[in-house]
Amino acid sequence: MTTPTTRTGSATAATRGRAGNPRAWALLVPAWAAVALLVVPLVALVLQVDWAGLPEDLASPLAWQAIRLSALTTSTTLVVVLLLGTPLAWMLARGTHPAIPWVRALVTVPLVLPPVVGGVALLAAYGRTGVLGGPLDDWLGITLPFTTVAVVLAEVFVAMPFYVISVEGAMRGLDRRYDGIAATLGASPLRTFLTVVVPMVGPGIAAGAALAWARALGEFGATITFAGNFPGRTQTVPLAVFTALEQDPDAAVALSVLMLAVCVLVLAVLRRRWLT
Amino acid sequence: MTGTLHVDLGLTRGDFTLTAALDLAPGTVTAVLGPNGSGKSTLLLALAGLLPLTAGSITLGGCADHPVTTWAEAERGLHLRPQDRRVGLVLAEPMLLPHLSLRDNTAYGPRSRGASRAQARQRADEELDRVDLRDLADRRPDAVSTGQAQRAALARALATDPDLLLLDEPLSALDPETRSRTRADLHHRLCDFAGATVLVTHDPLDALTLADRLVFLEAGRVVQVDTPRAAIARPRSPYVARVVGLNLLPGTARVGHRVEVEVSGGVVVTAEDPAEVADGAALWLAIDPSAVALYEEPAPGSTRNTWPVVVADVTVAGQRARVGLEGPLPLQAEVTTGAVADLGLRAGRRLWAGVKATEVTAYPA
Repeated sequence: MTTPTTRTGSATAATRGRAGNPRAWALLVPAWAAVALLVVPLVALVLQVDWAGLPEDLASPLAWQAIRLSALTTSTTLVVVLLLGTPLAWMLARGTHPAIPWVRALVTVPLVLPPVVGGVALLAAYGRTGVLGGPLDDWLGITLPFTTVAVVLAEVFVAMPFYVISVEGAMRGLDRRYDGIAATLGASPLRTFLTVVVPMVGPGIAAGAALAWARALGEFGATITFAGNFPGRTQTVPLAVFTALEQDPDAAVALSVLMLAVCVLVLAVLRRRWLT
Repeated sequence: MTGTLHVDLGLTRGDFTLTAALDLAPGTVTAVLGPNGSGKSTLLLALAGLLPLTAGSITLGGCADHPVTTWAEAERGLHLRPQDRRVGLVLAEPMLLPHLSLRDNTAYGPRSRGASRAQARQRADEELDRVDLRDLADRRPDAVSTGQAQRAALARALATDPDLLLLDEPLSALDPETRSRTRADLHHRLCDFAGATVLVTHDPLDALTLADRLVFLEAGRVVQVDTPRAAIARPRSPYVARVVGLNLLPGTARVGHRVEVEVSGGVVVTAEDPAEVADGAALWLAIDPSAVALYEEPAPGSTRNTWPVVVADVTVAGQRARVGLEGPLPLQAEVTTGAVADLGLRAGRRLWAGVKATEVTAYPA
């Protein structure tokens, strides 16, 4: 009884939509305005590119150093995020301790925090006079700010939450009875994590890793605040773009379009794995 | 095999309490039946070690040549993890790991328990062979049928040589045809399993064909433990009677030449004399629905028990029909479909029901 009624109802709606209700313009105009706001700058960027000079621009010392540094720091960040973030996602998904919701709330703060505030917070923690930075400097002679390590710390700080939230969601969706079965088969919690949980949330891990890596690649505010802008040491691609904009606009555009291309690639890979 | 598992447990979760005392001997199959929420799955999880006891204990062995292994003892806060018990668990869904072949799924237990890769694979192949899946060992779970996947789940559970095999409605997710084939496979495999098996089920057919002993749970308590034959003949709770398809009435004996039993509301039922019943003893009366005869007039003289009834519902299965009756006693009658037509059995029809005293089985409650 119900099914035919519904089918008739939706068919009518579809017919009406195709015939073109004039009132739809009230929605379609702002919709296309939104598309323009998002797409026009990207098209403009691509139009600005001096395609013939692109290889040379990217090979310039400033650009090439930045590319290498970004590759190094973002891949290090990704390793740290995978090694620490996956167990954290597991703890948030499976933990029964009453403090778990609070931990989850804290972990998500960097998602919405302005990155520059993150940079100030990192300085407060690891700066020479910081909570941890002070003792590190006094006892071990280690200073973190304005080093490549600081770049990685800044990237981890902003990228980890993306990964953890994505993987936690995937792990929550996993049937807990698999854990029980694995336990009766003799698997320790660590073995269950490695051989049951991680393989079964593989797509979630891939998606989270891509998101986190893209976020780390684009990191600017926390990096410049906490690590500074030293070519070859802390000047990642976004910082190099910002610096080059004054001296060498062509290099800035070249690096920008490179990052655009990389981001589109990541999106394409994600769609393949995930959305289709 | 390391002896009998002695279970005497209490488990409280929220406002639900399960208490059960059972002995599970090697080589036996115990079916646990009960309505939803009666604590069947809780019992299974407690035996597996996935839920801690709040009272009592579970111990394994304890005769001359087997030292006692305590799996759990609430009083001493002792709880052996599932990893440290030897249990196999099969649920309604196969729950095979989707990224592993049937062989690697089956080898997972032996590998987790320290066998080498080669040993584990060999063991897996043996187990898969016993459930006729050797040829499909390299397939992933999504490339086999649900019945095959469920047999692989059984192979996986048995590959660790468990002392106790736990089956939680293992056939309930299968379609009817696969179910009866898998039931036969399961029976075949259980025949040469040395350990104890606990089978939780809804389906009386599973219980009657696979189990040596039936345990009925209701609201967290064991209401009856019997062989299938005894449970069919003499149910001891309305739920058990429903499962085995009998009318069951509680009553009090009034001894005479034949026993008269006063049941609810002062109705007296005459039954064959059960052995050694004292006046005033509490009895159960079981009446086979096919012994309940229906008449348009009060039953003929030789029938001692006759009551006016109203038809509540009729369900037909093949040549027979079940008729729910309301009256001084709630009764189910089983009649031929011909009788349904002749008597015009539809809801609201007024009739007389008669049961011969020889058809009423009375036994102490």
